[in-house]
Amino acid sequence: MAIAVEDESSENPLVEGLERLPVHPTSLVIFGATGDLAHRKLLPALYNLAHEGSLPERFELIGISRSKMSHDEFREGARESIERFSRRRPDPDVLKGLLSDMRYLPGSFDDGEVYGEIGRTLAEFDELAGERLDRVFYLSTAPQFFPVIAGKLGEAGLNRTENTETRIVIEKPFGYDLASARALNSEVLSEFEESQVYRIDHYLGKETVQNLMALRFANALFEPVWNRNFIDNVQITAAEDIGIEGRAGYYEGAGALRDLVQNHMMQLLALLTMEPPATFEANRLRDEKLKVLEAIVPPSPEDVPSMAVRAQYGPGVVGGTPVPGYREEEGVAPDSRTETYAALRLHVSNWRWAGVPFYLRTGKRLSRKVTEIAVALKPVPHLAFQSKGSVGVQANQVVLTVQPDEGVSVSLGAKIPGAQMRIRPVNMEFRYGTSFMSESPEAYERLILDAMRGDATLFTRNDEIEALWGIIDPILSAWHEDRTSPIPQYEAGSAGPMEADALLLDGRRWRRL
Amino acid sequence: MTEDVWAERDTNPDAIDAALRELLRARHAANTALAPARVLNLVVIVDREWKGEIANRLERVGRYHASRTILCAVEEGRTTLDATAVMSYEEPSNGLGVIREQVEIDMGPGHLSRLDTIIDPVLVSELPTVLWSPHGHEEAVATVSRMIDVMLLDSDDVSDPSAALDRAAEALESAYVVDLAWLRTTPWRERLAASFDPPDRAPLLGLLTGLAVRHQPSSAASALLLAGWLSSRLHWGTCALAADGPGRLTGSASRGAGRVEVELEPADQDVPGLAGVTVRASDGFALSLDRATGGLCAKERSSDGEERVWQILGASRGEGGILGEGVRQALLRDPTYAPALRAAREMCPA
Repeated sequence: MAIAVEDESSENPLVEGLERLPVHPTSLVIFGATGDLAHRKLLPALYNLAHEGSLPERFELIGISRSKMSHDEFREGARESIERFSRRRPDPDVLKGLLSDMRYLPGSFDDGEVYGEIGRTLAEFDELAGERLDRVFYLSTAPQFFPVIAGKLGEAGLNRTENTETRIVIEKPFGYDLASARALNSEVLSEFEESQVYRIDHYLGKETVQNLMALRFANALFEPVWNRNFIDNVQITAAEDIGIEGRAGYYEGAGALRDLVQNHMMQLLALLTMEPPATFEANRLRDEKLKVLEAIVPPSPEDVPSMAVRAQYGPGVVGGTPVPGYREEEGVAPDSRTETYAALRLHVSNWRWAGVPFYLRTGKRLSRKVTEIAVALKPVPHLAFQSKGSVGVQANQVVLTVQPDEGVSVSLGAKIPGAQMRIRPVNMEFRYGTSFMSESPEAYERLILDAMRGDATLFTRNDEIEALWGIIDPILSAWHEDRTSPIPQYEAGSAGPMEADALLLDGRRWRRL
Repeated sequence: MTEDVWAERDTNPDAIDAALRELLRARHAANTALAPARVLNLVVIVDREWKGEIANRLERVGRYHASRTILCAVEEGRTTLDATAVMSYEEPSNGLGVIREQVEIDMGPGHLSRLDTIIDPVLVSELPTVLWSPHGHEEAVATVSRMIDVMLLDSDDVSDPSAALDRAAEALESAYVVDLAWLRTTPWRERLAASFDPPDRAPLLGLLTGLAVRHQPSSAASALLLAGWLSSRLHWGTCALAADGPGRLTGSASRGAGRVEVELEPADQDVPGLAGVTVRASDGFALSLDRATGGLCAKERSSDGEERVWQILGASRGEGGILGEGVRQALLRDPTYAPALRAAREMCPA
């Protein structure tokens, strides 16, 4: 019999049974409020929360950016963003209500006067509300400003308030290698307690990523085979058919390993391989993720060539349209060594996973867009069937598709109709789109709400972020130090470089994209 | 939206089931990216002359469509079954397309005593089945009750709220109940919960001395359920309220050694549901939430007499949204409805 965990949120007797949990009155301060992320994601997410009645009953917003503009100009820009990017058509009255209280403060992030003004505005909000509002500082800026803003908030005394909660939300990338991540942690944690810091990886806010935990821990079917005895290998793929979309400035300094592997894909790996947490309380879950990340032995410099492959896309055809190679993209150096493709073979050195290879690959300008985890089981120990005249029995696979069609498929062997006992693989498919009526909320809606509620479950802890970088750092270093080996090229629109095949052990093959 | 349609006069359930299977087979063969939604069966029993109105209401539920809807339209004098099966979908440009199925069966009153044998073959096995019978048809409801997981009803639909809540309690004995009158109170319950969530506010819940609920005249059941919810959550001792003017109910509940004055009164409002709620505490604190443009208007008086007014944002779901929410709630379980219903029934005038 399953034992249910007590709901710890029942201190307020009125909360029981409610889907939308209360969020305490909050002032949200967005640094980088005129930036791309704010306009495409944050402001539309806030609108959708307002539409659903999910924002706190007292909610105030201050946008901070360097551009000089009035409150009204900022509100007008916010209106345009919300109307353009909201997942639902805005209700004019709700939108008007949301915009009417927004404030805008122009200024440089290193200017102490800006923080004085923020403090005065926050105090004004408290005064208006007749109570001290919780404070959330959202850093949606270029990463070099993260320590600057955290430091200035500390200097201005805005990092802590009595009798209310103060939190700081930091967008990715959190560091660009292990040393910088440690330094950033150190700088942020010199002003804020770890419990105040919410490091965003928006992937964790996606419903399908959370469903990975539901699949593993709410179904007795999978757990008995979720180990080295039954699983042959795991392939995690995050393939994109698009290029760098004009973001050469960012991408040249990042590359595929930092852009997707260090954060999103390693999070998928952790959720797939961690031990079941006793509860889904933030630190219990993050403890389990940390344990499994620490069981991944970082490669030595000598091992990197045999367990990691990088490549760049060359010219090719995607979806019938000719596209340029990476080095021909605007803003990319003609001799760029930034990888647009990365593939790794990792091992989780613990009792459950010893000997199971985990293959990760990501790339731009591949043949199709798909993010999936394919768990290949070992073949049956003995085959009583003839495979003559059929493709025969193949090992079962559990495939968890994160996008585009979220779902789970299990490949099974089934008899081909006819007189002979011939077997071929068939798929048993489950698609979230056919089984739930609800439209999934945007990841940012969930994460903003969680940050305001103080639920850090879907955010990355300091030790976790350092463990993630610790795995990737030796690969980055090896690639950085190798300035002479040619970077393998793959044709845009293909499945990636042939060199990646060499990572696969014992005759295994990459799944077809 | 594209539709594949099958229709047959003087048909039978097996033929309807076969037609649904064939429609699905043919559509999937034409486009393998189309897959049938498999969420829940919704069985609706309606009077034939109101079929169009109910169909329109179901149309407006938006994305919270049941995956297979079986609309049973009862027509006086009819002795045969006529059926139409419609498979609706949007051809996906890429990825997966979802098919929804709607079956309309015209039948006579004589069919109702064996309705279970008519709809059983048409249900998708293994999916939860929801029954909604907005025009009564108690005999049919009793007939199909053994195959129903969830009963969708609207306690605001019945003019006597006491009878409406009795009906809900009776339904609760055999199925999980989703009551649209209860769902109309959801935003109010959420806001009251939020208002008393900050630690410095929570103690006020133990000091409440007054509750006033303002409601559209036809939504007395919603008002009673909201009062019942507060009573049950805060362990008030409830007793029958008394009529005190047209549609107005007043009385009190016990709260430990103290009492809470309770008033439910009709308010001038077009849309069904609640118009406002006020709670008062013994230290002078009072909070009123009233329906307003773009959300709720909150008015608060602190214990020292200071008053504040502000807007709480939120879009109205409208009645289409309420029905859609009802369909969605059929997949969930709210443990607070039954205690709230019990307390609400105790508050009904004797």
